Amino acid sequence: MKKYLLATTMFMAIVTGAKADVVVMSWGGDYGAGQVAAFNKPFTEATGIKSSMVDSDNPTALIKSMVEANNVTVDVVEVEYPDAIRGCDEGLLEPVDPAILPASADGASAKDDFMEGAITECGVATVVYSWVFAYDNKKFPQGPVTMADFFDTKKFPGKRALRKQPKFALEMALIADGVPAADVYKVLGTPEGIDRAFAKLDSVKGDLVWYQANAEAARLLADGEVAMSSGSANRFFNAAVSEGKPFTTVWDGQIYDFAMFVIPKGAPHLEDAKKYLAFATDTKQLAGMATELPFGPARKSAVPLVHFFKDGKTDIRPHMPTNPDNLKNALAVSSDFWADHESELTERFNTWLTSN
Amino acid sequence: MTLALSTARQKARRRAMLLVAPLFLFIVVTFVVPIGQVLFLSVNNDGFSQTAPKLGAWFLANTDGTVPDEAAYAALAADLDQMRREKTAGAAGTRINDVVPGSRSLFTSSARASRDFKPPYKEALIAKDARWADPRVWHAMRAAANPNSLDYYIIAADRQRAEDGSIQQVPPERRLYIGLFASTFAQSALITFLCLMLAFPIAHLIAHVRQSTANLLLILVLLPFWTSLLVRTSSWIVLLQRQGVVNNVLVALGLVDTDRRLELIYNNVGTIIVMTHVLLPFMILPIYSVMRMINPAYVRAARSLGATSWTAFRRIYVPLTLPGVAAGSLLVFILAVGYYITPALVGGADGQLISNMIQYHLSASNWSLAAALAFILLVGVLVLYWIYDRLVGVENLKLG
Repeated sequence: MKKYLLATTMFMAIVTGAKADVVVMSWGGDYGAGQVAAFNKPFTEATGIKSSMVDSDNPTALIKSMVEANNVTVDVVEVEYPDAIRGCDEGLLEPVDPAILPASADGASAKDDFMEGAITECGVATVVYSWVFAYDNKKFPQGPVTMADFFDTKKFPGKRALRKQPKFALEMALIADGVPAADVYKVLGTPEGIDRAFAKLDSVKGDLVWYQANAEAARLLADGEVAMSSGSANRFFNAAVSEGKPFTTVWDGQIYDFAMFVIPKGAPHLEDAKKYLAFATDTKQLAGMATELPFGPARKSAVPLVHFFKDGKTDIRPHMPTNPDNLKNALAVSSDFWADHESELTERFNTWLTSN
Repeated sequence: MTLALSTARQKARRRAMLLVAPLFLFIVVTFVVPIGQVLFLSVNNDGFSQTAPKLGAWFLANTDGTVPDEAAYAALAADLDQMRREKTAGAAGTRINDVVPGSRSLFTSSARASRDFKPPYKEALIAKDARWADPRVWHAMRAAANPNSLDYYIIAADRQRAEDGSIQQVPPERRLYIGLFASTFAQSALITFLCLMLAFPIAHLIAHVRQSTANLLLILVLLPFWTSLLVRTSSWIVLLQRQGVVNNVLVALGLVDTDRRLELIYNNVGTIIVMTHVLLPFMILPIYSVMRMINPAYVRAARSLGATSWTAFRRIYVPLTLPGVAAGSLLVFILAVGYYITPALVGGADGQLISNMIQYHLSASNWSLAAALAFILLVGVLVLYWIYDRLVGVENLKLG
């Protein structure tokens, strides 16, 4: 195992090269390209410090192997929120002092300007991604507007697609049942709350279609298999804007989570990595990132700066998870809740699925 | 003289063993060792015992049933502090969380606050979180202080430890695994039966047509083997979905109202249809290979002795095909029991098999529970094999 780790990290060292001063590892694809445009290029222009981007499918696993093999070759890594918490708990990440983060243009400190929970002990959020539902607007010209409508098969007949996991399905059920977004995890933490969520799911059980992979959400909707589908907001945006599908996204009861920049323990260019992290999470840079892709910036002050999608004509503001209108009844995912209850609720969820 | 002969024979036998040694080694490395590791993982989980040494020592010194005293809480506080420094509270919490749901955060949050704990520790810890007084947490910690435990078999049997330490059934809404095992075996039996019903006539046809036609038919049977399983399953989705080919044809023929399209996929029906198709060749081939060897003179002889064609088929032909039928059924059944890609893609809500749960726990890093479930599945299959051997006899097995 050690040998394997060593080989991997040596390979990484060759790939990433020793020239760049800050090596950033992210998810590649459109997303990585967007980050190069929004963060890396302006960073090098502004500071003269070179930076390069490395792609990875699963940055968290690589951080773990690099730190454990004591051969860290990247400086800044983007991970999902639960992994930023877990990595910090397991001692794989450098703590980040919020004092290094720049204030917003109107003088609000970083702590006030970032969304709640966006700065953690070891990480700083860049964007918000979101779980919502969308419908085929050819089927419902007077479309559903609330989460409750998703569960109202009398008013809006047709099948609904949900991802086959308790996470998100239970939150959606409670929001639809009238629990304010802020109280969802409090209610779900009690046996009565869990019963209540399952009772709500029960009421539409016969009309649910379950899928496993995120990509299926938009496909089921496009194929006409379902009238409404829950799924990742950027996929519905992509299907609607880039492929011209007649989808409308409903933001009421959206469930959002952060993507985080973290610094692995033992990063070779720690000081420059901190500079990069502070620069990239500045208001202007986060706004630039949100123009590249329909994710919301993690800073409130960046929201007004975003207007058009990069195609130059689509107004991206209504499609951002962080648009104030979209945040009215929104829920931040609780990683702590799911770390505690995932196995128990998955058992219950699967029992519920297989019973009639 | 006799002695020399037997020594020579033994030498020859030993030399012959050398020939199979590579195979033996291969089986040990690829089969016996992994299964041994799975069995080991299912009874061994050191997530807690490694990270809480002081509490482990207290459990050793005090017998089961001792009410945790101040010394126990002091040991717990010291262990939590060590977890904070070494950042291992997540691992310890996960181990206890498997048995007492919701306790992972109890460990992580208490470890984070461990610097502030002052004697008396019992009050300090319970003030931090009342769950530290919960006897179920203490029973779970006592059981987990020994890395070897049957906890994961208790979970796999839909049972849990009660507050007094006894083992009881979990509430009905969480009874998952026993039902899932039963439905997995029932569903696999149904798929095996459907495969047999479809395969028998096909195999008979292939065995009794001209050689050139038989070759063509065999290629058609084998064709799916050369296509990826994922592609085959996805094609079935295209065929069977509500707006799919089958439903469209039925609607066009006026057999089905367009608002009441049949639900052929994302449920149990879909799993059965697709798995029957995927596993059919495994039934056809053994039966075909046996049928080809049956001498047609036997049936002709029966007919000439006065048997009707039905009697000749029932009393002469079918018994002769039994080795192939038995081999095919066993093969299909064992493959069906372990399938997970197809049910995952087309199973929807009620078309899940136990293998999907094993896969889920593997991906959720709960390897111990996955191993326990996998081992129970293995034992179940072995028991069926044993019953089969008693009823049919393994020596009648013929794969080709």
